[in-house]
Amino acid sequence: TPPTMEGRGKTPRSVIDRPLSKGKAEVSLSAFSFLFSELVQYCQSRVELTQELERKLEDAGYTVGQRLLELVCYREKTSRRETKLLSILHFVSGNVWKVIFGKNADTLERSTENEDEYMITEREPLVNRFISVPRDMGQLNCSAYVAGIVKGVLHGAEFPARVTAHTIPVEGQRFPRTTFLIKFAPEVLQRERVPVQSINPSIHQSHNAEDF
Amino acid sequence: LVFQQDYVSIPKLPMNEYLRLASTFHSMYAISSNLSPMPASSGIEVLEADSFKLQCFQTPTGTKFFLTTDPNHNNLDELLRKVYELYADYVLKNPFYELEMPIRCELWDYHLERLFAAENSK
Repeated sequence: TPPTMEGRGKTPRSVIDRPLSKGKAEVSLSAFSFLFSELVQYCQSRVELTQELERKLEDAGYTVGQRLLELVCYREKTSRRETKLLSILHFVSGNVWKVIFGKNADTLERSTENEDEYMITEREPLVNRFISVPRDMGQLNCSAYVAGIVKGVLHGAEFPARVTAHTIPVEGQRFPRTTFLIKFAPEVLQRERVPVQSINPSIHQSHNAEDF
Repeated sequence: LVFQQDYVSIPKLPMNEYLRLASTFHSMYAISSNLSPMPASSGIEVLEADSFKLQCFQTPTGTKFFLTTDPNHNNLDELLRKVYELYADYVLKNPFYELEMPIRCELWDYHLERLFAAENSK
């Protein structure tokens, strides 16, 4: 029987009829790592330069981010959507990070040099756990995929930005940490500066009494 | 032979020497499983001598890990299993590693060093 509207009300016939999952299920890290490894190899076979590989991974993450935004908002059941810059950043580094990685991001900082740049850092990104980048690939960071996810979420929430993943060596630590640099588009900052005007109650006049 | 490392200070042999020794062992392993009077037996698992002990672990795919240590170690089984686990994690999940090629993964080296440093300090 083809999956149609008849499914509703009776036992669900297809994936579309079933309710969305609650998000409590966890996925094996090994399974994800193998899949991610394949994704990286797939992208690598289609590019020639290391930087292009990061772009490809970002693009792969972008589509995930767009869908993730909808899903997380639905699950949170908040009726307000974030319109302020700081609140969307907290949403990403908190709620979204929690859904993907099971924890909040390590830090969220604002750049001291440019007011349109913010940074989320992660000491040991989960996607990179088993990946050792060969020396001749320099500073390649496969967290470019996660950067793409962040970009997708931000774009979906109407905060256009450029997000890139950077490998930052840390003094005293053997392995470098990852910083996601978020550079917002100028229109976002402009929007932030304009104060929100309160709705004037007199606009909603009732017309019954005055018309006579 | 895709990987070889010493975790104690002993004189290092040239790479060709290691390749030769490894392929000799590989052949002996295969021969020994045919020599055995019992059908379907595995190859050499443990080799004990006066001055050293050699233990080999073969994975279901035919990859062999073998350790040569001084005769006092008893937990080589467990060690080899941990090495196998590290291999599955840091070599096989690494997108930049090609099968059958020499292993050049930083995390693999790092974790092996830690494992054997802990082992040697006992």
